[in-house]
Amino acid sequence: MNEKLKKLTTHRLFWPLVCLALVLLFNFIKSPSFFKISINNGVLYGYLIDILNRSSELIVLAVGMTLCVASSAGTDISVGAIMALSGAATVYCLGTGDTYAIPWILAILIGLVVSVLCGMWNGFLVAKMKIQPMVATLILFTAGRGMAQLITGGNILYIKEPSFKYLGGFLPHIPIPTPILVAIVVVVLSTLFLNKTATKLYVESVGINPKASRLFGLNSTRIIFITYAACGLCAGIAGMIATSRIASIDANNVGNLMELDAILAVALGGNSLGGGKFSVAGSVIGAVTIQALSTTLYAMSVTGDQLPLYKAIVVIVIVTLQSPEFKRYVNRWKAKRTVKADGKKVA
Amino acid sequence: MSEEKKTVLSMRHINKNFPGVKALDDAQLTLREGEIHALMGENGAGKSTLIKVLTGVEEFESGEIIMDGKSIINHSPQEAGINGISTVYQEVNLCPNLTVAENIFIGREPMKRGRIDWKTINQQAQTIFDNLQLDIDATETLENYSVAIQQMVAIARAVDIQSKVLILDEPTSSLDEGEVEKLFDLMNMLKKRGTAIVFVTHFLEQVYAVCDRITVLRNGHFIGEYKTEELPRVKLVATMMGKEFDDLADIKQKGTGSIRSNDNIVIEAKGLSHKGTIKPFDLKIHKGEVIGLSGLLGSGRSELARAIYGADKPDGGELYVNGEKLDIKAPIDAMHHGMAYCPEDRKVEGIIADLSVRENMILALQAKRGMFKLMSRKEQEELTDKYIKILQVKTASRETPIKSLSGGNQQKVILGRWLMTEPDFLILDEPTRGIDVGTKTEIQKLVVKLAGEGMSVMFISSEIEEMLRTVNHMGILRDGEKVGELEESELSQENIMKAIAGGEK
Repeated sequence: MNEKLKKLTTHRLFWPLVCLALVLLFNFIKSPSFFKISINNGVLYGYLIDILNRSSELIVLAVGMTLCVASSAGTDISVGAIMALSGAATVYCLGTGDTYAIPWILAILIGLVVSVLCGMWNGFLVAKMKIQPMVATLILFTAGRGMAQLITGGNILYIKEPSFKYLGGFLPHIPIPTPILVAIVVVVLSTLFLNKTATKLYVESVGINPKASRLFGLNSTRIIFITYAACGLCAGIAGMIATSRIASIDANNVGNLMELDAILAVALGGNSLGGGKFSVAGSVIGAVTIQALSTTLYAMSVTGDQLPLYKAIVVIVIVTLQSPEFKRYVNRWKAKRTVKADGKKVA
Repeated sequence: MSEEKKTVLSMRHINKNFPGVKALDDAQLTLREGEIHALMGENGAGKSTLIKVLTGVEEFESGEIIMDGKSIINHSPQEAGINGISTVYQEVNLCPNLTVAENIFIGREPMKRGRIDWKTINQQAQTIFDNLQLDIDATETLENYSVAIQQMVAIARAVDIQSKVLILDEPTSSLDEGEVEKLFDLMNMLKKRGTAIVFVTHFLEQVYAVCDRITVLRNGHFIGEYKTEELPRVKLVATMMGKEFDDLADIKQKGTGSIRSNDNIVIEAKGLSHKGTIKPFDLKIHKGEVIGLSGLLGSGRSELARAIYGADKPDGGELYVNGEKLDIKAPIDAMHHGMAYCPEDRKVEGIIADLSVRENMILALQAKRGMFKLMSRKEQEELTDKYIKILQVKTASRETPIKSLSGGNQQKVILGRWLMTEPDFLILDEPTRGIDVGTKTEIQKLVVKLAGEGMSVMFISSEIEEMLRTVNHMGILRDGEKVGELEESELSQENIMKAIAGGEK
């Protein structure tokens, strides 16, 4: 029994899950109706659904970010800007008329291609030119929004065709919000791809020791490049959802500061920002935790401008709980207690 | 008699557990004033752990450390330093971009009017070197000196902190003979001053050259403390291993090497070179032979191997594998043509520290098969178990992270990684460095056995004895150039030495 418990508590997803559970539990105590899910007007409705729906973009971003962090021990801080840029490209192609200027599928494809190109640019700088990831992605972090502004001409562009809202809202006759579906598809597909091919092993190996990896036949440069391209794609998908939610593109605000939440989601998920071993599931849990936290705080009528402060406090607690130093402290404390207990028995 | 020297430090009943492994089980160590004390044991015997416990790098669960009659516990190397225990590690822990003098005084700079007194620093550092009869300029940047000199600086720094106990953890593994001599002089000088020195090494000759006493550990247990003159080598080895072992000299049967002829050439290099590391060389490697590469450190031994394998892409010359001309752009190309390469620096270029034994083993084969052909979990486990068994890897399980294995066992995992790819040509660069005698013998035997089965092996080692026991043919290198070859019949310690030294007198 004890063995089982130990195995459970040392599992790498244990602490991230505990943190999420704590946030949810807190909500449940505050408002017992928290876990209630009802159907209104043919769609699912409730706090949980709302949290999942709102966290979809973050989940998708976190998947891509996890890969960059794992392969290069660096973060891609341009994902927020890429969201805006790819969103702008799609909206621009669709046009602001009463109907789409080009087929919607083509416009989305263009948006995604733009995001992948951005990712490849980052990948080129990091993997090939060996520039520090933070510096390399800083370029698009600033330039990306500039380019998006250039496309939109500095205006907020609106899409009039109502079907554009499907992606960020609901598909006809489907009760689950589309962003949740998209997030699930992204997570499932990426997990399958990582685990059914040797990709996960390769990325971890390169992330831990690129020199050794090269010597047994891995192309470290290519693998790092691919992770950044994939991260770009994820940012593009998130950008599509975010744009569709408001049926418009606001190059200044779409995905603003989301790169930070994405990095945080990776860390909250128990992944080391030093690269190497990673868990996509962990990052997903991290993303949901962050969103659950925001929703909770809003529900407690914390205003938007104060939100970051409260969030930071909770994040400090969560990150401390998960730190190895804290765990060591707890273990030492436990060991001392057992020694004392033993002593008493003897006496 | 000097028998009753004062005890400086004693460690008693030390216990320490790592997940799944009892690293130290009632271990002990006693140091007396002015003695050089060898700490011996195979890999995983607990030498490093005992030292880490003593110097506060690791905590221990029970037992006590008594220094000068007082019970102490060091919580950090700094605290150990204050208590008079300094350590010099195998890897030099200094700042290469600072000057020698700065390295000596870092963290305890003499001050003058609230500022660092550079003049005193440089003068005092120079005095230290002069006292130790070392020819080092204190104002020179450290990285301009060789690893050996850096090691000396590390020792000088440790000595200057007025330590009563100096721990040298494999200080000689990167030194050449002259440098080792110098180190021994230094050690003897300190011994006369009354410093107790713990000397950890794998070289038996060095133990007998300088040590007064020997403590042997095995599997975390204290086996015994002996006076050096009362413990002959064979007995020491037997004590370390806990068994009588095969005579080391008798691994290779004479005459079983391949016949060198033109129709069984596996690898042929014509004028292969890599700018700055190895000058153009010709080399023929035959099926089923063990070819050795000999030369001093930095002579281009490893670089020659790296050029063949494509680890450093050659920029001149031609390479033929089984008669086919190849253009090797990266290691993966070499692997697809049946090559395998065990690099010299296990930590930096070999292991993927955080990954498990299983993952570390299958990686090369997986890379060879390609990203989209993931080996099934079952196949991975079967192959891993197979090679854990063949190579007798000591690990808690196949899912244990490789970083928690001892050096020798890590090396075995890396060997397993390459054997799994079933290579025709295996390059082993210093495969036995820093590992214990028993494992060394095992690896040497394995090499001879593999060659017997038709594999060609390139064996690079600094230990000539080891080479003599295993190789059929030898290439000699000097200053980045291949300068000659020795046939099997010419192989002897003397001939190799002569060839390495070359025409110089």
